[in-house]
Amino acid sequence: MTRNHDVIVLGAGPAGTAAALEAARHGLRTLLIDEGQDAGGQVYRPPCRALKDRPRTPELDAGDSLRRELSQSRVETRFGQRVWLVERGFRLASLGPEGPEQHSADSLIVATGAQERYLPVPGWTLPGVIGLAAATILLKAQGLLPGHRTVVAGSGPLLFLVAATIVKSGGEVPAVICLNRRIDWWIAMREMVSSFSLLSQGAAWLALLLRHQVPILWGHAVKRVEGGEAVSTVVVTPLAGGSETRLACDALCLGFGLTPSTEVTRLLGAEHTFDPQRGGMAVATDSNQATSIPRLYACGDGSGVLGAASASLTGRLAGLSAAHDAGMNVDREARAVSIRRRLVSVSGLGQAMTALMTPPAAVIDLMTPDTIVCRCEGLTGADLDSAIASGSRTMNDLKSTTRCGMGPCGGRVCGEFASMLIAARTGKPRATIDSPTARPPLRPVSLGAIGGHFDYDDLPNLQPGPL
Amino acid sequence: IAGIERGTLVRFSFESVEIEAYAGESVATALLAAGIRSWRNAPRDGGPRGLLCAMGSCQECVVRIDDIIVEACRAEVRSGLAVRRVS
Repeated sequence: MTRNHDVIVLGAGPAGTAAALEAARHGLRTLLIDEGQDAGGQVYRPPCRALKDRPRTPELDAGDSLRRELSQSRVETRFGQRVWLVERGFRLASLGPEGPEQHSADSLIVATGAQERYLPVPGWTLPGVIGLAAATILLKAQGLLPGHRTVVAGSGPLLFLVAATIVKSGGEVPAVICLNRRIDWWIAMREMVSSFSLLSQGAAWLALLLRHQVPILWGHAVKRVEGGEAVSTVVVTPLAGGSETRLACDALCLGFGLTPSTEVTRLLGAEHTFDPQRGGMAVATDSNQATSIPRLYACGDGSGVLGAASASLTGRLAGLSAAHDAGMNVDREARAVSIRRRLVSVSGLGQAMTALMTPPAAVIDLMTPDTIVCRCEGLTGADLDSAIASGSRTMNDLKSTTRCGMGPCGGRVCGEFASMLIAARTGKPRATIDSPTARPPLRPVSLGAIGGHFDYDDLPNLQPGPL
Repeated sequence: IAGIERGTLVRFSFESVEIEAYAGESVATALLAAGIRSWRNAPRDGGPRGLLCAMGSCQECVVRIDDIIVEACRAEVRSGLAVRRVS
């Protein structure tokens, strides 16, 4: 099934949906494609079909309003599509409930969002240990608590959102283990003063935790996770060193911020830059959200983690640019100026939150020789250190020597930490550790599924050549 | 989470065990709610693995449905679904 559109938008979160709506508004035949069942991405993910009533939250309202606007627009949507190949020109191959599909367009807007930053500690592979963003998905989209007694640990604002939501939903939180020190939060507050709603929401979370007597351990880290078939104890210490505290629990939410998902833009060969203020390695974009590849645009957290408010604005800029560059009659500069002004006013907050999420260099020492770093391949800290000591100086070196990053997750879980490890051991700046070369498929797909259905008779009958 | 109105209860099978769950929730949610926290073992050390990312990225929660490997966190529960371990 091949179709033609003027622009394809990959990812239907707040950025992608805004981009698609903007592009369609200016006359482009627009296709919005996403792996989920509906628009919303992760931050505005709708509750699953099984949940009949959910309390109204600002996020749910924002997501519903976005989905409503989309349904009333001329944007064509394809949901449930797992995109496994993207090529310049641009051509996408995906696998959906109706089988394999291909789509092509002259312009492509990538809005694939962000993913969790994982930092391994001994025992973190035990069942019951999930990410912080993962916890938000379980809580709001599946109506599921991570466990009965859930320790919440890591860095950034998600920590308090998750802990407060668990408590509000009837779960128990033995403690919140916050890598950030109190002073890190005071510094971030400077950017928050202009956002009263966010400040009051944060205060509400803290008040709730205080009321339920949930201890918050500032400047602390998870040192070890213990258990047999699943997590039973979490051992924490001050990051600066000090005595251990043991916490009995049956679940641990562990997350250290978000980092842009760059698989698609790397596969297309666009230039990327490392910027801690944007969550790490991200595709390089100009003020029009254009990348180094003509007619390829990026927006939302995928082009720099700035949060949902910034995402819809960068999305609109991308849609606007795609329309303008495609020759549509649109006064780009006039429209872009007002969007950029709003972006400036909200992105300061986004950057402050991203800065809070960024882990300090000392986290590298939480990894021990027997800690599993590459979960897919079962590689330990010792395995990777040995490879680095023998001469692996880049992610490509590490990948081809140890298979780190070649498992089913494609390096999504281990890549960030492995890069940090190479930088720490070789003394090279983190910014110089490039991501490994991206190869299709973007996600594991079965040959049978992407091959489609054909009979023996469909195979061409080749004549043998002359001897 | 208690106190939420949910849809239809259906039955599906995981290996030889019959499990009751709500149509439309993820297979991962149904397994976790049934007290099953691990349905895969790690390469090399064979240790138990469970759900990690809940968004279809990490591949830790994979199961086999209709002989195809899919993430349990993305697969939806429906009546009569036959879910197996990957190995």
